Amino acid sequence: MAEYNKSEAELEAVFQQKIDSEQKIEPKDWMPEAYRKNLIRQMSQHAHSEVIGMQPEGNWITRAPSLRRKAVLLSKVQDEGGHGLYLYSATETLGIERSELIAALQSGQAKYASIFNYPAQTWGDMGAIGWLVDGAAIVNQVSLQRTSYGPYSRGMIRICKEESFHQRQGYVIMMELAKGTPAQKQMAQDSLNRFYWPALMMFGPHDSESAHSAKSMKWKIKRETNDDLRQKFIDQTAPQIAYLGLEHPDKDLVWNEEKGQHDSGEINWEEFYAVINGNGHSNRQRIQHHVKAHEEGAWVRDAMSAYQQKKSQKQAKAETAA
Amino acid sequence: MSLEKLELFEVFLRSKRGLDHKHAGSLHAEDKEQALEYARDVYTRRSEGVSIWVVKSKDICASQEDDSDSFFDPSDDKPYRHATYYDIPKEVGAM
Repeated sequence: MAEYNKSEAELEAVFQQKIDSEQKIEPKDWMPEAYRKNLIRQMSQHAHSEVIGMQPEGNWITRAPSLRRKAVLLSKVQDEGGHGLYLYSATETLGIERSELIAALQSGQAKYASIFNYPAQTWGDMGAIGWLVDGAAIVNQVSLQRTSYGPYSRGMIRICKEESFHQRQGYVIMMELAKGTPAQKQMAQDSLNRFYWPALMMFGPHDSESAHSAKSMKWKIKRETNDDLRQKFIDQTAPQIAYLGLEHPDKDLVWNEEKGQHDSGEINWEEFYAVINGNGHSNRQRIQHHVKAHEEGAWVRDAMSAYQQKKSQKQAKAETAA
Repeated sequence: MSLEKLELFEVFLRSKRGLDHKHAGSLHAEDKEQALEYARDVYTRRSEGVSIWVVKSKDICASQEDDSDSFFDPSDDKPYRHATYYDIPKEVGAM
């Protein structure tokens, strides 16, 4: 382990050289403490988002308008739980325990994507969430497939493969509503109106305002800036809205021929910070529900542990007998 | 110690940083440190790996091939978990 005889500065130089030459950092490599902390923050926030994100959609499983749609939604919510697991496990490779991560979520010390603090009020919201919220998440996650931390990168590759179904099923819901009765079309429009701006906020503050961006870019934890990713999403979503025959929620959106991209209106940042700081419609409810589900699940964990104990006792007995 | 008594280890190699460890084969060794050295000697002679994992074969818990039909069938009847189940018009771009 010759590496550990080097000074901190030398180690950091080797580390940065690996990053600069596009090599991944793996769990047992030396890494600066701030890199580790930054990753734990970002990855656990990502994991929490997957898990809290199960709530607005879980809310509609019993009310899905057909058995097929119920099965699809159930399957999607199941996937989100699985994605949470991949991400928590990858975060744990950085030497932190799951229980610490969960405690930080439940105390409010750790954040999750603030979009999930908006309530899912109608079936149209199931369409808008799959299409826009998962769509925005995909733009971000595709970029993160190239993140510098190996376990995070591999997790993203796996998640992106599964995520495409989520966005497509959402868009199909929107197409059905948009082609339906005037009331159904109105429902689709209403969901689009309520979820479009919060979806744009998912990319975080402007680059000039982002607290973690510069360091994250240097370490290649993030590969593209918040604003660049948001622009990608705006550009890919515009024709999708047009195809549905719905009105675009951004009245200032215009195609800029010179730049080859859309110019768009400004996000309501006051709302963004209010929701992030705990004052969205559903912040308290989301955490309360998480705590409740965790406590109500205690008997299952206890039962599994009791069964395991019984099994190993039986095994030990059999071994002494033999 | 006769060769037959030596522990069997499974060897996993990471061919390049950032990629998964993949199963490469197995070997006998006295203990895990020895297994790591043997694995380097036999499985990475041509720079096949930048990282090696060795795991005692008996510590691997595997699903049974014979039961695989019933073991995996919960996912057989759920075509809607696949992206291709949903028809998306070309005009709206890749999704």
